[in-house]
Amino acid sequence: MSELSAKVIAGDPRSIGRLITLVENDAPEAVEAMKQIHRYTGQAQIIGVTGVMGSGKSSLIFELALVFRAEGKKVGIIAIDPTSPFSGGALLGDRIRMMDLSTDSGVFIRSMGTRGMMGGLTSALYDVVEILDAAGMNVIIIETVGVGQDEVDIVKIADTTLVVLIPGLGDSVQTIKAGLMEIADIFVVNKADKPGVEQTVAELESMLDLVGHTEYRTPIVATSVKEKKGIQLLTSKIAEHQEYLKKSKTFDTRRRQRYEAELIEIIRKRLMDFIFDEKKLKKTVDCCIDQISKKELDPYTAADEILGKILK
Amino acid sequence: MIKKIRVLVAKPGLDGHDRGAKIVARALRDAGMEVVYTGLHQTAQQIVNTAIQEDVDVVGLSLLSGAHMTLFIDVALLLKEKQMDDVLIVGGGIIPQQDVPGLKKAGIAEVFGPGTPVEDIVSYIKKNVKR
Amino acid sequence: MVKKETIKQMHEKRADWEKQKYSKAIQKNPERKQKFKNLSDIEIKNLYTPEDIADLEYLKDVGFPGQEPFLRGVHPNLYRGRLWTMRQFAGFGSAEETNKRYHYLLEHGETGLSVAFDYPTLYGYDTDHPLARGEFGKCGVAISSLWDMELLFHGIPLDKITTSMTINGPAAIVWAMYIANAENQGVSKEKIGGTIQNDILKEYIAQKSYIFPPEPSMRLIVDTFEYGFNNVPKWNTISISGYHIREAGSTAVQELAFTLGDGIEYVKAAMKRGLSIDDFAPRLSFFFNAHNDFFEEIAKYRAARRIWASEMKKLGAKKQRSLWMRFHTQTAGCSLTAQQPEMNIVRVTMQALAAVLGGTQSLHTNSMDEALALPSEKAVRIALRTQQIIAEESGVTDTVDPLGGSYYIEWLTSKMEEETYKYFDKVERLGGVIPAIEKGFFQREIAESAYRYQKETDENKRIIVGVNRYKLDEEPSIPILKMDEKGEERQIKRLKKLRTERDATKVQNHLQRLRKAAEGDENLMPFILDCIHSYATLGETCDVLREVFGEYKEQAIF
Repeated sequence: MSELSAKVIAGDPRSIGRLITLVENDAPEAVEAMKQIHRYTGQAQIIGVTGVMGSGKSSLIFELALVFRAEGKKVGIIAIDPTSPFSGGALLGDRIRMMDLSTDSGVFIRSMGTRGMMGGLTSALYDVVEILDAAGMNVIIIETVGVGQDEVDIVKIADTTLVVLIPGLGDSVQTIKAGLMEIADIFVVNKADKPGVEQTVAELESMLDLVGHTEYRTPIVATSVKEKKGIQLLTSKIAEHQEYLKKSKTFDTRRRQRYEAELIEIIRKRLMDFIFDEKKLKKTVDCCIDQISKKELDPYTAADEILGKILK
Repeated sequence: MIKKIRVLVAKPGLDGHDRGAKIVARALRDAGMEVVYTGLHQTAQQIVNTAIQEDVDVVGLSLLSGAHMTLFIDVALLLKEKQMDDVLIVGGGIIPQQDVPGLKKAGIAEVFGPGTPVEDIVSYIKKNVKR
Repeated sequence: MVKKETIKQMHEKRADWEKQKYSKAIQKNPERKQKFKNLSDIEIKNLYTPEDIADLEYLKDVGFPGQEPFLRGVHPNLYRGRLWTMRQFAGFGSAEETNKRYHYLLEHGETGLSVAFDYPTLYGYDTDHPLARGEFGKCGVAISSLWDMELLFHGIPLDKITTSMTINGPAAIVWAMYIANAENQGVSKEKIGGTIQNDILKEYIAQKSYIFPPEPSMRLIVDTFEYGFNNVPKWNTISISGYHIREAGSTAVQELAFTLGDGIEYVKAAMKRGLSIDDFAPRLSFFFNAHNDFFEEIAKYRAARRIWASEMKKLGAKKQRSLWMRFHTQTAGCSLTAQQPEMNIVRVTMQALAAVLGGTQSLHTNSMDEALALPSEKAVRIALRTQQIIAEESGVTDTVDPLGGSYYIEWLTSKMEEETYKYFDKVERLGGVIPAIEKGFFQREIAESAYRYQKETDENKRIIVGVNRYKLDEEPSIPILKMDEKGEERQIKRLKKLRTERDATKVQNHLQRLRKAAEGDENLMPFILDCIHSYATLGETCDVLREVFGEYKEQAIF
């Protein structure tokens, strides 16, 4: 095992930070390390937190982390912010709400930009979760950007997904995207110190009634970070959901889904890398161009032939 | 491989003037860097731990209160102690010329005073980032 | 102000002038810019005529100084009677050092004091608190207890001089120290005069020296209003400040709109408590910035007076005195350059002149070296002399509102008023000032303006002499203030001594009673005064409130 992998497994913050960077940068040495640490993973409980911007996700995660810390658990937090499509840069500001945790050696917080992905989860996220898991975090909390496809994709990684809403302000429950309703393992109505909580809760309840009876009824928890209310209840609901997952064998299904998604992602990425390795591809394509221009070959047949060679 | 420069923009101490820090953060983002912003009132310990977890290439400190000789140097020393020698440290704010040699000696690579075009900061970082 | 037919005639003549004269002139001398804009991004025309202020009714919209709508000033004879108060913001190091600076300034003709506190004091920490590390006396004086306050005003008669104190989060506590010190000097509460800044809303918006969340902060502020009205009648219990909003990067219009909006919010909060508007409104004061665009700044102050009078009437004020918008001005710190610092003297002169032409009640002029460090004695003296030259030599003080009636100034005044009301509407739609703060509205608006200003400067679209044009290869160095290095040590020793020598039980009892009161809804001022009189420190008193009220955490808006 490489020194880096060993240090990650030992929980050395500097090495964890470094390996995450390597993974984000698609560095070749990352692949080796990821291979080595996989067998040390699988212990962490993974919680996804999604919901509209301005719903107070970061502050809520801060409070959740405090509770987990009080229970003696090590907490990893991944906070994702959008990468600017124009510059490729990103402003990662979610940590601000969590700075009081930055001197706690039992907490590791990492901010990530979405980087190249058009919506959807950044592909490095699977790896980052594995790294934090291997490094001994008992709980890993992922905060999504709050817009786009990744709200829904978070279920591919998380064991328990929290969908965070806020009362009033026109984000009435009816306007929530359908996908969001389906992915919620727990609904959180945050900022419950604001007026309109009861209404939002009631709307969610009736919506869940429409879905009808299933084995697991999605609980709704009203929280207020400002008044420190509902946080304990929320952590107990998370624990109940974990229990349910394990009892109903859904846990294994979810983990299988995650590895499936991860594996597909790795293959997809490798293929993309290969196909979009401009130089290589250009060489392959070049030889057909002449034929196409001379009408000896049509572009579709050419594409079939090239892909056939690549996928062989 | 897609390497992006990661920068931590931090405000140590109690000074609340964040106009400069935010303008610089935005400019670095617009130059394609990933910028982690800590917010106000950070201790050296918090800044260094964040730098480690975020594995940043650059730590940018901003302070207008005049406490830079204590607080910038605290951060630089702690980074050194944690063997983060490959991190480029830069500072900005109301900093008299006569304090600059002392800051540089302590490991602050460059100090940007009022009136510095942000483009200068961007190109300095691009040129001097150590890894 | 002019007959309709005349306006029509003017309109036609102007069109001729544009066609025949102006267009020819610009063929010969093309305009330097495509568009001329002021710092608020308002486009400025080539010429203003009565047509631009045709809607203005003199008696209703302009009027006479000392009368509604107070556009031309709150005092009928303005500087023909009394000049503005020359009040230099000062404070550094220990109380003893700053006391020496105050005596120096008073000897050189300053007419009011203004205290700058260091960061630990602004955040309600004693000098020996861990978070105070490195900050002692750096950008103001450290005041941790009544003892320090006594030293700060040693030899200064508090019934003869007024004092402004820039303090917000712990304003009630520091004010209590001032009152207690006056009482110990034998000066009763009714006799002292001055101002506490006490404007927490702009701290959330711009300056960021907050301690508690908005609700308890507003309560403390209304407590000071109430206590002041009943006990310290000559004290301005708030200075609603646009200065810091501007320093954070806002435009002049934003400064105007956000400041007056905050003012209205305080009035509403006090009325909600059941205070009568005419009781407390006369003690409200304002604080504005004086930036580079000369006419824009003058228009800003004038517009502020008219808007405030009108808004206060709408809120039910009956006394004329309640409609007065009185203000202090400080020249723009953010406009000072570290490059060729002597040039700042010129900038400050023009900014100060704008404030005077805008009718300011008191003025601070920045020192030329403040983009580098705290001001040296010489730099401070030049800054003070700048005011004295304007007052005594320039002749601008001989008539009231000398620019009133200028087509440009009156047009710009009305334009800024119009833009201000647009912001009022936006804030209203967000649910009011505090919800807008929580949503980051003001912060975002300011960050946007700050970024634009920086970009324009970086791209040479905005010229700053010595920074992006007319640069020197070698910057001249100027002498910089040296602070007493032993100050911090002395201060910490003093704190230790204080803690051992005072009556500890008495301190604990008073702090306990303050805690109880804070948990309820009594006015906290009497309880705070008891704590201070018993020599509880600033940090100890603030900690009690921190425990009851909690602490505010900002969200970062870029």
